[in-house]
Amino acid sequence: MTEYQTNLLTLFGGLAVVLIIASTIGYMLARKQTGSEPNPVIENLNARINAWWVMIGVIGLAFIWGRPGVVILFGLLSFAALREFVSLTNTRRADHLVLAMAFYVVLPLQFYFIWIGWYGMFSIFIPVYAYLFMPILAVLRGETRNFLIRIAEVQWALMITVYCVSHVPALLSLQIPGFEGQNILLIAFLVLVVQSSDVLQYIWGKLAGKRKIAPKLSPSKTVEGFVGGVLSATLVGASLWWMTPFNFWQAGLLAFIIALLGFFGGLVMSAIKRDRGVKDWGQMIAGHGGFIDRLDSVIFSAPIFFHIVRYFWTV
Amino acid sequence: MNSLLAFAAKITGFSIISFSRFITAVFANWDGVRPSRRRRIYFANHVSNGDFILLWTVLPPPIRKLTRPVAAADYWLTSKLKAFIGRNVFNAVLIDRNRDTRVLDPIEQMLEALDNDNSLIIFPEGQRNTTDQMLPFKPGIFHLAEKRPDVELVPVWIENLNRVLPKGEIIPIPFACSVTFGAPIHLQDGEDKQTFLKRAEKCVLNLSPDAGKNHD
Repeated sequence: MTEYQTNLLTLFGGLAVVLIIASTIGYMLARKQTGSEPNPVIENLNARINAWWVMIGVIGLAFIWGRPGVVILFGLLSFAALREFVSLTNTRRADHLVLAMAFYVVLPLQFYFIWIGWYGMFSIFIPVYAYLFMPILAVLRGETRNFLIRIAEVQWALMITVYCVSHVPALLSLQIPGFEGQNILLIAFLVLVVQSSDVLQYIWGKLAGKRKIAPKLSPSKTVEGFVGGVLSATLVGASLWWMTPFNFWQAGLLAFIIALLGFFGGLVMSAIKRDRGVKDWGQMIAGHGGFIDRLDSVIFSAPIFFHIVRYFWTV
Repeated sequence: MNSLLAFAAKITGFSIISFSRFITAVFANWDGVRPSRRRRIYFANHVSNGDFILLWTVLPPPIRKLTRPVAAADYWLTSKLKAFIGRNVFNAVLIDRNRDTRVLDPIEQMLEALDNDNSLIIFPEGQRNTTDQMLPFKPGIFHLAEKRPDVELVPVWIENLNRVLPKGEIIPIPFACSVTFGAPIHLQDGEDKQTFLKRAEKCVLNLSPDAGKNHD
């Protein structure tokens, strides 16, 4: 077995252990509760844990398949996220063609450019080409009501759910000396730090949370959850240095940046939800809400993580 | 030959369901009612040709098998492919909308299906609605309620599907859709046609996410 395979196996083995422990705790909590009505917090916790099994299983399968698996998986996630996003916007009938382009042309092309690793194209395709051509398409239909709002919403949808999400598989195209063929572990590092930050913030918040950090945006987020979550996610990241091209301190610093960006990304996406008057982006993942509810922190950290690693570690 | 046709219908049905889930990520809200094999008439708002497909998609498979959409024969019998989909895949109750030339009475056809232990999907607005307001219900549902008082009438609200495929467009756009099922209603003693139809309309409207806003 190569070092890469050993690392991947160790990682997923470790995750399985964590999930088994989580499932056991969830099961015991559910059994211990008294009263006839099931406790919604425990029900939600168990739904979340079960969803984690599925999500980690799917990611594991994609990793085994390798590059095609990862690009396709994130392409599909991006599709689902874009669908959730546009469902909450003001689009009108006149935007039909623009939306068709976004879903069936821009999104597949972006992931195709990622697939072939064409950095010069995938890093500007949406911010330059889609940015200019989408409003041109929209204006041809002649509907001017709310034009700026409508076009800005589609642009935002594409940047957030396609461009940013595509920077996760884009990590595969980085060429880091001595780390060839192992880039999937960078994805594992990013996703694991972001998601453990979310989970640890949730746990710290539930156990020690007192002062609300952003009551208007996200009533469940607390100062204690934020500090405890970000710091412990930093530790998680640092302790994963063995499977990355980074040393212990570098891994910790990167994990800190990722967790911080993830937190603020979550706040931004919450603000959009409040603005639109919904609690979750969707109902696709039991206990978690929609795909964007799970992806929001990845969305904000992936492009920055990509560019930091590209700038400091690649040739 | 028949088993081949049945197999083709199964594959086609599965493809249609997969496609509609892929585009709409459709989600069922059972709000005040549970899925059941009991005979029911699901009556819903009608904004798109895909309405009954979406409703059909979210029904649990054993119930879906028993549930037949009521659809217009003049649309579904115009080509071999449509006839195959309408008859074999959806097992639709195909009714003739032309009062003057029809030989079968639509109400009789629907009653026959109910008597065979099937449930029905109907759209009492009678036609695809392209306005923002719901159209007044046609009296068919009243006659069904009167003649089969034990059948549960389940109001259904289909949300967002009009954005997926507005009239005149051919490419469906992915939008998250939901189908909300409400508490069943029955014809009350002495309730006249107009009162009942208004009440049924209101039951459907109350399930829409905008229902709260309209009352403000």
